[in-house]
Amino acid sequence: MTEKTTIIVHSGDMDKIYSALILGTGSLSMGMEVSLYFTFWGLQRLKKDGLEKGPLSKMNMLGLGRWMIRRRMKAAGVEELHKLMSDFRELGGKIIACEMTMEVMGISRSDLREDLIDDYGAVGTYVNEARGAQITLFI
Amino acid sequence: MSELKVDCTGKNCPVPLIEMRKAIRKAARGDLVEITGDHPASKKEIPMAVESLGHELVGVREDGSRWTIVIRKVKE
Repeated sequence: MTEKTTIIVHSGDMDKIYSALILGTGSLSMGMEVSLYFTFWGLQRLKKDGLEKGPLSKMNMLGLGRWMIRRRMKAAGVEELHKLMSDFRELGGKIIACEMTMEVMGISRSDLREDLIDDYGAVGTYVNEARGAQITLFI
Repeated sequence: MSELKVDCTGKNCPVPLIEMRKAIRKAARGDLVEITGDHPASKKEIPMAVESLGHELVGVREDGSRWTIVIRKVKE
């Protein structure tokens, strides 16, 4: 059976979305299956035009720190989040949106990038994804 | 049999790994995939990925900081 990585994406911070998508695409590239469960602040990044909008988790400094880090990432040849997301999808990565977060935060499916989302679910969906996984992370 | 070439020069983690995976998916069984780059960690991580994917590592060449890795797709 194929090995699997599952990640709970709880944070909406830009740097942590990078971590989730780098681990996700890396796992797919090494031949694993991957599912990312977007919840709470992470789910905000699946809103239309939301993927690149997260602040930096530390030293954001009203966006100045974020701007500097993005500039340095570009100089270092780090891909943009939307490119990592499209590679993640192309390699068969799965995305699950948390329905409870949608209810609590008043988010409807039409507010989200429905083209990216494979499934909508709650804790049971995540547990079923994670119970056979070799790598599980909470970001 | 054909050969697919991918150039990842200047690209950072995890792009060379992703591009390797995409190229192998596109290739047919028996095809060679040649990937070039200069990201240091990828030089050892691509062979690790090739092993876990079950393909054949044909060779690794180095020219200064640039490396070229050749892979043969041996299964679907």
